[in-house]
Amino acid sequence: MSTTSAPIDQLHARLLERFGPEVILGTDLSCSPAALLVAPAAIEGVCRQLYEDEQSYFDLLSCITGLDGGPEAGTLEVIYSLYSIPYHTHLSLKVVLPRNGEGEPLPELASVSSIWQTANWHEREVFDLLGIRFSGHPDLRRILLPADWQGHPLRKDYKEQEYYHGIWVRYENERL
Amino acid sequence: MGLLDQQFNQGGILISRVDELVNWARLSSLWPMGFGIACCAIEMMGAYASQYDLDRIGVFPRPSPRQSDVMIVAGTVTFKMADRLRRLYEQMPEPRYVISMGSCSNCGGPYWQWGYHVVKGVDRIVPVDVYVPGCPPRPESLIGGILKLQEKIRRESLMTPVALERLIAKKKGQPA
Ligand code: SF4
Repeated sequence: MSTTSAPIDQLHARLLERFGPEVILGTDLSCSPAALLVAPAAIEGVCRQLYEDEQSYFDLLSCITGLDGGPEAGTLEVIYSLYSIPYHTHLSLKVVLPRNGEGEPLPELASVSSIWQTANWHEREVFDLLGIRFSGHPDLRRILLPADWQGHPLRKDYKEQEYYHGIWVRYENERL
Repeated sequence: MGLLDQQFNQGGILISRVDELVNWARLSSLWPMGFGIACCAIEMMGAYASQYDLDRIGVFPRPSPRQSDVMIVAGTVTFKMADRLRRLYEQMPEPRYVISMGSCSNCGGPYWQWGYHVVKGVDRIVPVDVYVPGCPPRPESLIGGILKLQEKIRRESLMTPVALERLIAKKKGQPA
């Protein structure tokens, strides 16, 4: 089924009018569906507006994706894929966070799980694999890896631990 | 049995070594613990079902480790599963055996390189008696593995090696 192209210009203009250019930083049309770039501090407000506004009514959060730009770029990204069932429109929201260096605390972003329940597990996955904390999340535990795992494996500079509960982790034979 | 019982007179006597009798009984009723943990489990279930019918050789799955003789590790062992797997193995009464079914449990399988979550071989957690290669192995291969295990059991002895113990005691008794 071909999807109606999200009325990205309308949405952009409408949000810009409400939140201003410091929050709605721009659009990224190379994304599919087209994305709005949102300032990290305002993500919860923007999501709530998109959810509650009768003219957009994004009632479904399809996915939350985490991305690591790597240590050189120094960015972590979170992408929200939204869908409006009554309007049959898609939209992405993109948030770019500064990447924490070694020994620094993990970057934080407001949780949207109070808007869409789906976000609960998606945010736990992003936290587990990429190390982004979601403040206001009701239960931010690792979801896939064991609770006492070290590090976040989808980080570009991830180094796996040598042993987990006495089990040699790497494929290559253990050098004793 | 219809054919066999014709070969003995009524009330006949069979003479055998205790070892052989015990081993024959053990290898003819290998009860595996149901331990399907990924795609390989489908082939294991296929082997149990009517087409291949493992009941023919006395193999039928038990729902509890305490009633099992052999653990068929059929699938990908994650680090999160590792502790549970070891725990279940420890709950099995001796003598106990392990069949590692499929590449994943043999050596990490398709996850050998980038699978940060996969134990690269279940033999890092529990001792393995028979490895069945394949991704997934066909039911024939699993049956082959079970027959191999039967051969192994046939050659075993659960008797105390009394003569050997006497010899050791004698040696110890001698002044050095
Ligand atoms: S060896 Fe292949 S079929 Fe078996 S669990 Fe691994 S990936 Fe699945």
